Amino acid sequence: MAVEPLIELRNVNKHYGSVHVLQDISLTVGRGEVVVVIGPSGSGKSTLCRTINRLEPVESGTILLDGQPLPQEGRALARLRTEVGMVFQSFNLFAHKTVLANVSLAQVKVRKRGKEEADKRSRELLERVGLLAHAEKYPAQLSGGQQQRVAIARALAMDPKALLFDEPTSALDPEMINEVLEVMRQLARDGMTMVVVTHEMGFARYAANRVVFMADGRIVEDRTPEEFFTAPESERAKDFLSKILKH
Amino acid sequence: MNVLTDNLSLYGKGLLGTVELTVYGSLLALALGFVMASFRVAPVGSLRVFGTAWVAVLRNTPLTLLFFAVLLGLPRFGVVLPFQLFAVLALGCYTSAFICEAIRSGINTVPTGQGEAARSLGMSFGQTLCGIVLPQAFRSVIPPIGSTLIALAKNSAIAGAFSVTELLGTYKTLNELGYSIIWSFVWIAVGYLIVTLTISALFNVLEKRWGVAR
Repeated sequence: MAVEPLIELRNVNKHYGSVHVLQDISLTVGRGEVVVVIGPSGSGKSTLCRTINRLEPVESGTILLDGQPLPQEGRALARLRTEVGMVFQSFNLFAHKTVLANVSLAQVKVRKRGKEEADKRSRELLERVGLLAHAEKYPAQLSGGQQQRVAIARALAMDPKALLFDEPTSALDPEMINEVLEVMRQLARDGMTMVVVTHEMGFARYAANRVVFMADGRIVEDRTPEEFFTAPESERAKDFLSKILKH
Repeated sequence: MNVLTDNLSLYGKGLLGTVELTVYGSLLALALGFVMASFRVAPVGSLRVFGTAWVAVLRNTPLTLLFFAVLLGLPRFGVVLPFQLFAVLALGCYTSAFICEAIRSGINTVPTGQGEAARSLGMSFGQTLCGIVLPQAFRSVIPPIGSTLIALAKNSAIAGAFSVTELLGTYKTLNELGYSIIWSFVWIAVGYLIVTLTISALFNVLEKRWGVAR
């Protein structure tokens, strides 16, 4: 595929104590591509996602964002993080701020937008995720699915080049999963570059450009969803799919 | 019973002394405690060590010993201040160690995910601490800080032994004047209750106002 690479990982390694959680990972995500990372728990997929904006530092290897190597701690890293939005499994909304303030805060503090401009942008984004009516509520007053959509709006408010999703629907009640996935599908259609760690096979199958299957800290398969789901090559992937697609 | 009405101005001065020690001591303790708590969670190692040492030394020294150290020790190094100011210094520094630990436990109640979310939005350590973590930590530390300041008000009685005018010290004069020791102490106790119940009431208001919005 001749797409311009936006996120590149080259030979990335990381240990937690004696566990080698990322083993020589190399992965390229092109601009506008949606890459879904799946795999059994403990396979390193969340860690992989978190290394891309350096919430987890790596021990060796390089990570490039838009051609630039990921900086060490400090201002340069903070600046780079604004370019990569992140959506967490547990939403992580700021509990003491209203929905609107959650979306506006970093625009004002980091992007140095005026309060009015930031709030205007926040309202546009809240409308886009269907939550404008809840702008003045606190996170605890919203359902999980609504909170996660606010979190997506908050990440989008920085106008990032890419979005990382770390199991965005794993903490949700089944009936709320779809409202979050629908927002994500819309983002994918709009051409947002996305790395999505998920267990939602439906999303992987129909919204992803590529599926990356991880097991035991390695990338085992990296193929189109069609190929991966109909004809997985590795035994590990076959085994995984047989377990999750049964029910 | 007439021990109060006869000596209203003496009691008044004592009460005022205790209130002054409490207010100034509290302000100093809150300011220092806040700074030390920030040090203890800072990404800079030397600041963390300083904050930890501060808490270890002050929290584990008996307050009376600290008073001796400040009132008798500092003048030897040429620091001569009014006794009341020395007393505020001793009380404030001592209590700041407890305030620091209360704030730090509050910081630990804020889910780390919110800090991660703030960092992933490009916010710096200072912005994350002041904008996200501390405002929420503040809510959960209102009750323990209230208790700590009540303890400070009562600890201020030690200053009386170092010739600082405060409530407990009035009993000496009253005793010399021949008043019933029991009633002297009853009214002193009432004086302390006025101070401590005011602090309780203030913190109840703070808690109602700020403590719930989660």
